[in-house]
Amino acid sequence: MIAIIDYGMGNLRSVEKAFQFLGFTARIIDNPAETINASHLVLPGDAAFGDAMRNLNNGGWVECIEQGIKSSKPFLGICVGLQLMFEESEEMGTHKGLGLLPGKCTRFPAGERIPQIGWNQIDIQKKTPLLEGIPTGSFFYFVHSYYVMTENTDERIATTNYGLNYTSVAGRDKLHGVQFHPEKSQDCGLRILKNFAQMS
Amino acid sequence: MLAKRIIPCLDVKNGRNVRGVRFSADRDAGDPVELASRYDREGADELVFYDITASSDGRTIVMDLVRQVSEQVFIPLTVGGGIRTFEDVRTILKSGADKVSINSAHVHTPEIINQSAESFGSQCIVGAIDALRRPEVEGKQPAWEIYINGGRTATGIDALEWVEELVDRGAGELVLNSIDADGTRQGYDLELNREVAQRVQVPIVASGGAGTMEHIREVLTTGEASAALAASIFHFQQHSIPEVKDYLAQTGVVVRL
Repeated sequence: MIAIIDYGMGNLRSVEKAFQFLGFTARIIDNPAETINASHLVLPGDAAFGDAMRNLNNGGWVECIEQGIKSSKPFLGICVGLQLMFEESEEMGTHKGLGLLPGKCTRFPAGERIPQIGWNQIDIQKKTPLLEGIPTGSFFYFVHSYYVMTENTDERIATTNYGLNYTSVAGRDKLHGVQFHPEKSQDCGLRILKNFAQMS
Repeated sequence: MLAKRIIPCLDVKNGRNVRGVRFSADRDAGDPVELASRYDREGADELVFYDITASSDGRTIVMDLVRQVSEQVFIPLTVGGGIRTFEDVRTILKSGADKVSINSAHVHTPEIINQSAESFGSQCIVGAIDALRRPEVEGKQPAWEIYINGGRTATGIDALEWVEELVDRGAGELVLNSIDADGTRQGYDLELNREVAQRVQVPIVASGGAGTMEHIREVLTTGEASAALAASIFHFQQHSIPEVKDYLAQTGVVVRL
């Protein structure tokens, strides 16, 4: 069972529906104890970083997420879910993240429209099963005002350009995050969700 | 690079009919779910459902429609038309819409933008305006006035000032519908789009007036819009989405093909 973590942030139904459309069993869970029964963990998120992190802490999710990752369950952060995987964000004050990957989350510099809304391309830096079948240059749907740049280049799986180059797919081993919304990115997005669901 | 977006708008009336369906004799005509799927297959970057009845019955049916479409269409879905309260926003997002487009309500109760953006994030709150050009005064900058209730009621509000207010309150995107251009098929109001684009940092979606592929190209370049909303150009099969996108790509506009 793919568990979609409901910590009170954002539209989770579309993520669930995309997995179900692909024929996988996915469920939205609102109790951290249920992560024990999950084969895969998905951390979505649309809201501000600080609010999201506070809900993860207050809801008792952090330990369960760490436990899941320790027991090598495939993990996927989506949008703010990716940002939360890093150490820190400067969105409305400085907030600590989960610290699963080294790096910080920063606001896009002036010059481009903020938020970035729409379809942008990924430039694949590193081969990973998550991007199996996805050609470099594929378009995905993005909505965000803050971005991350991984400190470790070997955790930089794909980058995207929006005024500057930033990390749009990050990860290592079974731990991944995508800045775009795969559940809103048509066939390419569905392929990524399928690749993730097939990891074991 | 970030692509310019092409967004077909489906006007849903009484929850059943789609006004101006592309193939009027087609067996699928009038079925908004089928039309949405077709636009998705053809490469639409987003879909907008505009509830032109906006009665409570109509609303329920539009939400059912969004629910059905979101089972099989994996691109962003926006719902607009007749949103009055924060509760309306919540209900529509819960039905599976990714964004809600708020029009007249933000003139009556601007707090609806703050409250919705704080609760659900700016990324899903679209501020839409219907703007009519004011008579030109020599030596003065062009100006537009906001109209509400489907373009019937003047408000006296200056559009260029109001868009800044909407963004300050938390709108993550703006839809600019030109009353002058709407339905004319003579092209978007380029000046309106450019003036707004230069005042705010959020993306602008141009609406009203598309008659040719060149009109779409103009508003995405000279008009500085990030996206073009169009209805009849697609519905009446004058041009298909792939045709428009190919044309844009050939003329140097970045689109998702």
